[in-house]
Amino acid sequence: MDRLSVLTNILKANQEIATENRRLFEKEGTLVINLMSAPGAGKTSLLEATVRALGGHYRLAVFDGDFETDLDSQRIRALGTRSHRITNGSVCHLDARMVARALTEFPVEGLDLLVIENVGNLICPASYDLGESLRVVICCVAEGAEKPKKYAVMFHKADVVLLNKTDLATASGIDLRELEKNVREVNAKATVFAVSCKTGVGLDAWVAWLRDAIVSRRIAEVARC
Amino acid sequence: MHELSIAKSIIEIAEAKAREENFRCIQTIKVRVGEFTTVVREALEFAFEVARRETLAENARLEIESVPMVVRCVACGSVSDPVREVCLRCPHCGLPLEVVSGEELQVEYIEVESETGRV
Repeated sequence: MDRLSVLTNILKANQEIATENRRLFEKEGTLVINLMSAPGAGKTSLLEATVRALGGHYRLAVFDGDFETDLDSQRIRALGTRSHRITNGSVCHLDARMVARALTEFPVEGLDLLVIENVGNLICPASYDLGESLRVVICCVAEGAEKPKKYAVMFHKADVVLLNKTDLATASGIDLRELEKNVREVNAKATVFAVSCKTGVGLDAWVAWLRDAIVSRRIAEVARC
Repeated sequence: MHELSIAKSIIEIAEAKAREENFRCIQTIKVRVGEFTTVVREALEFAFEVARRETLAENARLEIESVPMVVRCVACGSVSDPVREVCLRCPHCGLPLEVVSGEELQVEYIEVESETGRV
């Protein structure tokens, strides 16, 4: 029996496609968000609120990873934003190949912001780079203050953590400071916003931050040319 | 259950290596899986049983080495095991900890049948 050394990253194939996706996004000056959360934490609501707030000033589109229905896409399109549903059967995460395929059907040319709404799941999507500029993770406060620790890999890799549905904090018996402390303990670098898509509290700060990120990306692209 | 995707990737990498060296029967695939990944050993073992069918790894054994999570403080250099508490802040100085190991997902080697297995 012969032993052959391999020493290859198991996710190498995905990583290579993600790098290609990232190169394309950078060339276009498009800020790309990989939006992740547990099911029902408010990804689509957050998107709706964000789209409304950015209102017509930017060219936006959404890739929707909800495989079973067209419901999320319908909500985004109702706001006049282009949305493309990534349909590939019932899988538990999006990977770079699915995004690359979507890009052939839905060109991102000239877009300022593309949001890839991942499958509602705090485990599997954490391992797959899609070529995004930012990983944004939403945590609904009612999920419990320990959530960031239970799903440490996902929260550790986030660039932004949005603590959503803060209007439910008191009713759920959740101390927001404890939740934020738990985020900080697994990820000291993430930018954290406490928001409520229902009342609108905290959304201004998030949208202002996002606007800066979009503009910075655009400036970087202009500087490159 | 992304372990099925992981298992398929493992087999693709192993098959590519075997073909490159002109072998057609893989007996063992050794992988290193970090504790600070989202891969569950039992789920990966089960997924591998399914994914190996009709591949060069049809009869292969999957050997999984679990790589412990180790973190180090970038400021004071103290090394610790954070898994129980899942706190990535240094207990001594409070600064963020760097993950030294535990994020590995690697096919380390394959074992192939020599003589009869060679094309």
